[in-house]
Formats: sequence, structure tokens, C-alpha cells
Amino acid sequence: MTSAAPKIQLMNVHKRFGHKVVLDGLNLTVGKGESVVVIGGSGTGKSVMLKSVLGLLTPERGSIKIDGEEVIGLGLAARERVMMKFGMLFQGGALFDSLKVWENVAFGLIQGRKMERAKARDIAFEKLAQVGLTAEVGELSPAELSGGMQKRVGLARAIAASPEIIFFDEPTTGLDPIMADVINDLIIKCVKELGVSALSITHDMASARKIADRIAMIYKGKIIWDGPVADIDKAGNPYVDQFIHGRAEGPIKMEVKV
Amino acid sequence: MLDFLSTVGRVIIAFLVATGRLVLFTANALFHLVTPPYFPRLILKQMIDIGYYSLPVVGLTTVFSGMVLALQSYTGFARFSAEGAVSAVVVLSMTRELGPVLAGLMVAGRIGAAMAAEIGTMRVTEQIDALVTLSTNPMKYLVVPRILAGLTMLPILVLVGDIIGVFGGYIISIYKLGFNPATYLTKTYNYLEFMDVFSGLVKAAVFGFIIALMGCYNGYNSKGGAQGVGAATTNAVVSSSILILIFNYIITELFFSR
Repeated sequence: MTSAAPKIQLMNVHKRFGHKVVLDGLNLTVGKGESVVVIGGSGTGKSVMLKSVLGLLTPERGSIKIDGEEVIGLGLAARERVMMKFGMLFQGGALFDSLKVWENVAFGLIQGRKMERAKARDIAFEKLAQVGLTAEVGELSPAELSGGMQKRVGLARAIAASPEIIFFDEPTTGLDPIMADVINDLIIKCVKELGVSALSITHDMASARKIADRIAMIYKGKIIWDGPVADIDKAGNPYVDQFIHGRAEGPIKMEVKV
Repeated sequence: MLDFLSTVGRVIIAFLVATGRLVLFTANALFHLVTPPYFPRLILKQMIDIGYYSLPVVGLTTVFSGMVLALQSYTGFARFSAEGAVSAVVVLSMTRELGPVLAGLMVAGRIGAAMAAEIGTMRVTEQIDALVTLSTNPMKYLVVPRILAGLTMLPILVLVGDIIGVFGGYIISIYKLGFNPATYLTKTYNYLEFMDVFSGLVKAAVFGFIIALMGCYNGYNSKGGAQGVGAATTNAVVSSSILILIFNYIITELFFSR
């Protein structure tokens, strides 16, 4: 299941906020060129897991390795070097609203990789075309775009610097079913064409089935099931069954009380 | 009794935690302030925002303060026949106190609030996380340009404000109170010492640093959507205004108490 040198390897990762334990010994690996989707309800630690890998949060215990290199506790310069391998599509797009669309896409090239503006601009428009956006859109500001278009720009920005690993944070949340499928297709296309490793988190099962090679389910800060996408329906795990069929009744109790 | 003590303890601990966070943030900002790379475009943009666009506000504030200062000191000093001191009172209070303090407070309201709102919105919409994933240090990209601009632009604003304020006092003294223009200007010039202006400019630089720092700090640590950004904005203005008044006393003490 895992190749010799996994692209991302999380081992026994623990993270808590005050008394609230969010990650409780999480283990997960993403192989080279593999697309792993982590499913799970709200508040189960999906986002915290992604942010821990990105170094936006620091886990208390455990190990996170990128290409076999431990990244917890890396210094500033080393962290920036590792970040060069990443692209990320944020849930809300997280586009910089003070910049034009093409400047958003070119941001990582200009600021992160010190590319000349003119050259970065050409690449930005090329990437925009890849996600099906015209050159006119590139001159607009992000606030003028619809939610689906913002997601596409976010995707173009994530792939602009040719990353080795892309994270997708709820890529289809808040989109209509057709636009969601368009985004799914774009994700598959980008991942396949670039040959990158992808780690996505979602609670949209249609999207998960479509973009995943492997699905892992997170519950209370642990991975409770992990297997190829084809096996998910015969997982025989009551938690997974409840989640993929969207039943209110089952072993997972929603914490309605805040 | 125990309840009361635990409440007091909690308040004190919360205060110490907040102070510690601010000190760490300041140290971090100072570190990035003296280490390249810099973003010249952003520094210039902030300088224009703070320096150029604050001119009307600062000009209006200081011209009316200079005018009222001349009027008040004239009517007050007339009680013991010391009207001749008006020019000295205007120029000394303007350069030492009113110029820097009034400009500082006005800019705190105008710029500090805008900084906290902009950076706070970037925080809650994950734009700051997006910067990190694009290999750009948010301290360098967002905080350093603002602090540099505050540090350099406030003294310039105050210098302009000083001149406008003294001019306001001059107008009232000549056209309303009937002073002789030549005598008034000579007295203004003779009473003024280098230290008066210099101490005011030092104050201005410190205030500029405080305004930018508090704006960035509150924005950077805001959480919880629109409400959190609103709270950050309020905190930025209130905390920087109070710090300005405190540091005004401290700097005056350092310069003039012997």
C-alpha cells in the first residue's frame, strides 16, 4: 500500500487546544503520485491535520515526514524550502483581494521563487487557461468572481508553481453539484497531468469517490479506517457505513451541545 | 472569598499572557525588520497610505489646535499681562506636545483601524495561511512594510503638522489679536530650540511604530469571523491610543526632566 519512501508520513501525531484533544495519535501516509482523501465529520480534526503538515500548527507529539524529512520544528529557512513542494487549495479560496486574479496565481512564482513579473504573468495565464478561465478573468479582482470561479483561481494558484504535493481543503463545499463535478474533474486532471501526490479533506462522498485512490476516515483525531476507494462500501466498519450513507443513527453521536 | 481571589488571579494571568504574546510578536517583528528580503512595492504603498493620505486629517487637526492655542493663551495670559508669551506658547506646545500627540491619535484612528481590519480579514479568510503555503513569510509581507512606513512617515507628518499648527497660531495672533507680524515671527524663532522639534519627532517615530504594531498585532491574532475583526479593530485603536499617551509621558520625562 505504501511505497518505499512515502511522500507524506504522519506518525502518532497529537495536537490539543487547551483541554480539547483534536489529534489523538493520528497515523497516515500518502505515497508518491497517490491521491488520498480523508473523510470525516466537522470538528474531527481534518483541518488541524492539514495545518499541522503545513507547519501552521505545531503538534505536541509525533512525527511528520515529507520525503522522509522530519518537518516538525524546522527553522524558518528550511520550512520555506519545504513549502516550495506544496500547493494548497483553501476552502474559501483565500485569494488575496488586494491583488488581481493573475497576480494571485503568479504570487508563489514572484514572491516565493523570485521569478520576473512578465514571465510569471505568462505562466499565470497559462494556468488560468488550464482551469478553464479566459484571459479577461485574469485582469479582474477576486471579489468580482463567483464562488466556483474563485475555487478555480485557487486551484490555478495551487498548481502554478508546479508543486509535488497538493492539499485540497473541502474543494467542493459550497458549490452547486455541477460546479462541484467540474472542480472534481479539474482536480483529477491536474493531479494526473502533474503526477503529484494529493491529500484532500472533505465530507462530500461523491467528490471523495471521484478523486481518491485511497480513502481514510478520521474520527476523534484518529484514522479509524483506511483502504482503496473500491473497498469503502464493503468496509464493514460501522462508523464508515454511517458516514457514507449519511445516517443520523449509528455509533457516531453528533455533539449537538456546544 | 476564594471565588474573588480566583477571579483576580485569572485576570492577572490573562493580562500576563496577553503581554507576553505582544512582546513575542514585537520581538518577531523587530527580527524581520532587520533581516532581508524586503518588499519595496508594499513599503511604498504603505508609506503613501500613511503619509500622504493622512495629510488632510493631520493638517486640519493641527491648524485648528494652533488657532485655539493662540486664542486661549492670549485670553488666559492677559490676566497677568503676559500676552507677549503667546508666540512662545504656541510654538513650544505645538512642537513638543500637540503636534506628535494629535497626529498620533488621529493616525491611530485612521490607519491603526484600517490595518487591523485588513489583516484581521486576511486572517479569518485564511489568506495569511495562504501566504505561508506560497513560501512567503506573513511577518515580512504584511507586518514589516507597515511598521517601516509608520516609523518613517509619522515624523514627516508631524513636521508638516508643526508648521501648519504654528501657522494657525500666527494667523489668529496677527489678524484677530493684532500682534505685529515681524515681532511675532522673531519671538517664535528665538524661543524655539532644536531639542523641542527633535523630541517631537522622536515621539512621532515611536507613535508610528506603536500604531503599526498594534494594528498588525490585533489583526494578526483576530479570530471568529466578522465579530472578531470588529473587536480587533476596536482593540487596535484603543490600545494604540493609550500606549501613545503613556509613551508620550515617558519620552517627555527622558528628554526634559533633569
